[in-house]
Amino acid sequence: MIAELGHFALILAFGVALIQAIVPMIGAWQGWRGWMAVGEPAATAQFLLIAASFGALTYAFVTSDFSLQLVFANSHTDKPMLYKVAGVWGNHEGSMLLWVLILSGFGAAAAWFGGALPPSLRARVLAVQASIGAAFLGFILFTSNPFVRLVQPPFNGKDLNPLLQDPGLAFHPPFLYLGYVGLSMAFSFAVAALIEGRVDAAWARWVRPWTLAAWIFLTIGIGLGSWWAYYELGWGGFWFWDPVENASFMPWLLAAALLHSAIVVEKREALKSWTILLAILAFGFSLIGTFIVRSGVITSVHSFASDPERGVYILVLLAVFVGGALTLYAARAGAMQAKGVFGMVSRESALVVNNILLAVAALVVFVGTIWPLVAEMAWGRKLSVGAPFFEKAFTPFMLLLVIVLPIGALMPWKRAGLARAVQPLIPAMVLALSVAALTWAIGTNRSAIALVGAGLGSWLIFGALTELWVRSGRKAARITRLPRADWGKALAHGGLGVTFIGIALLTAWDSEDIRVAKIGEPFTVAGYEITLDGVEEVQGPNYTSTVGTMSVRENGKLTAVMHPEKRVYPVQAMPTTEAAIDQRFTGDVYLVIGDPQLGGGFAVRTYIKPFADWIWTGLALMALGGMLSLSDRRYRVAAGARKRAPLAATPAE
Amino acid sequence: MLKRLIVLLALATAPLLGAAPLWAVQPDEVLPDPVLEARARELAKVLRCPVCQGENIDESNASISRDLRLMVRERLVAGDSDSDVLDYITNRYGEYVLFEPEAAGANLILWYTGPAALVLALGGAFLFIRSRRKAEATAAPALSDAENTRLAELLDE
Repeated sequence: MIAELGHFALILAFGVALIQAIVPMIGAWQGWRGWMAVGEPAATAQFLLIAASFGALTYAFVTSDFSLQLVFANSHTDKPMLYKVAGVWGNHEGSMLLWVLILSGFGAAAAWFGGALPPSLRARVLAVQASIGAAFLGFILFTSNPFVRLVQPPFNGKDLNPLLQDPGLAFHPPFLYLGYVGLSMAFSFAVAALIEGRVDAAWARWVRPWTLAAWIFLTIGIGLGSWWAYYELGWGGFWFWDPVENASFMPWLLAAALLHSAIVVEKREALKSWTILLAILAFGFSLIGTFIVRSGVITSVHSFASDPERGVYILVLLAVFVGGALTLYAARAGAMQAKGVFGMVSRESALVVNNILLAVAALVVFVGTIWPLVAEMAWGRKLSVGAPFFEKAFTPFMLLLVIVLPIGALMPWKRAGLARAVQPLIPAMVLALSVAALTWAIGTNRSAIALVGAGLGSWLIFGALTELWVRSGRKAARITRLPRADWGKALAHGGLGVTFIGIALLTAWDSEDIRVAKIGEPFTVAGYEITLDGVEEVQGPNYTSTVGTMSVRENGKLTAVMHPEKRVYPVQAMPTTEAAIDQRFTGDVYLVIGDPQLGGGFAVRTYIKPFADWIWTGLALMALGGMLSLSDRRYRVAAGARKRAPLAATPAE
Repeated sequence: MLKRLIVLLALATAPLLGAAPLWAVQPDEVLPDPVLEARARELAKVLRCPVCQGENIDESNASISRDLRLMVRERLVAGDSDSDVLDYITNRYGEYVLFEPEAAGANLILWYTGPAALVLALGGAFLFIRSRRKAEATAAPALSDAENTRLAELLDE
């Protein structure tokens, strides 16, 4: 019954979304206030209906209602409650439902907090947002209905893939979707502005927080996914350049570019049409990501429900939304006249360089991801594009970006002198070079990756510190009183530096040992003496586990006792490794236990992962920086100011 | 000799293997010569397992990957250079097994899209900024004294 109510609510939401997509749009076109006003209650109703539907599906998972086909295929009564709930989005149908829930949530938020927007712009934004919602609700109802019943309900379910039964991965998809779908707001604002024919600073002030929020969510989502891969897959890899990972990485790069170009629109009223284009492309890449994950066109280890019919549906959606928006863009972008003029050396130009590098990097990832498809269709060649290509073709753009970032961040608007902008950064430059030299000196191998990565990473960190120092007028007391936006910027840029150092040193310096370890016989890896003290069998809620006890000694002193596990989930007959990781500031000791060996002892893998945690610490700092910036006074003050004086926006012409 | 050595308890093939997963690289495969072994591991990372979903043969648990790993080591012991080994494998299994497509023929498009786009974009941005500055420079002093007087008159009206 509850499931049928959920299904019914979903159908109603589809109807509401259609109304919301059409009525306010006509209202804004004809200038009918009443029709425009439909958007707001419709957005709320659509959100509540989808939330009810999502609640019904969650209820079915929590109560293990195996008469639902989806619950049967993805759940089990013995599964811990957290994963029963996470199981709702651990599959194609449920994750699509989460997708539209978040989409309508963003639409509702725009309706609730958009009181200060010009009514016609708000009506159009809500209508565009609802048209995306309607398209995806139709997709769910016609191709991926989560509420399909089984004629004969089985006694128990098939369980969720054990690899997904992990707290890191339970929250990875929601964050990723919040990011993907958050970009729909930028898209809706861009399309509404194109229809409206005006883009101004006020528009950018609206788009920026949404984009920033989406980017924060994407950063957290990607970070969680990469962290999960690191500790769960059992060998400490953190990024694979897999098509599905690329699918989340491209919107992240473009969102980062959009974030920066919207600053130029807001502060200087320049780069308007480029910003609109980026907003369209950023969401377009979110849709491409959805297509890649769910169509099965490109093989990936993450293969979700691959189904050609669904693939075609999403491809049509992609063509309609992105194609439509780009056509509109071609017709109307000329109307977006820029006002601000800037010099060749200026903050604006630096942000243009930032945008070019991020966009070209995203293009490289995109071409690499679809190249196997293109080669097969055009020349009938079956080829592969993997990590070695991306490492070579993508990294140079990031290096360039990092080199220019601290200089650009300190440049004044409009017109600047290169020498004057670089001058305050000389101490940072000297410090970064010393870090590079130190890395070269202490490195156990003469690795150029370590040297360059550590040098550039610390260049970013010292550059961010320099900027805080300069902004506070070189007075320590004033640093704490800087606006949160300044702190956010410094944290995000410094965080990128921390991640850079982590990736470089981990790549350059990690070491591995594979052996059969006998109980009580110590062995040495990279200066760590490791002993397998014992192994026992443990029964978990829905798995059995082989747990090792291993001690780590440095210079004869016991520094850690670790418990690597190997679990077997009987329902899916699938083993997983639960690596034991001893986290340290300068790196991790990472232990994996395998099967017992014929001659006695256990297969054991030891990895020493220098500076591994810096990667995720940096990502967390970047997300934190984004949040600080989002909570800056100017958004709150600006929102209040516009409430007093709405309709102040002027046409761009 | 601290090279990055990748081994994965493979994600995609694990369900097929049941409860007893194999390690990717077996201890018996390892070559006694550490230099040759390191080269073998580096080569194994750029070769794709032909039956898996996007794994290299170094991470893969499939038996064909083991065969390929052994084949790489055999060729290295026989004195082949790295590119000889890759040619040898590609001749037998097709270019599908190369994770890094050869920078030749149509693949040049793949390799040069990024650099070409960067050059075009930087050039375009340079011209755009310069033309906007010129427009400003010519637009600003366009009013002569006479025009200014006329403008003042119009504004007064």
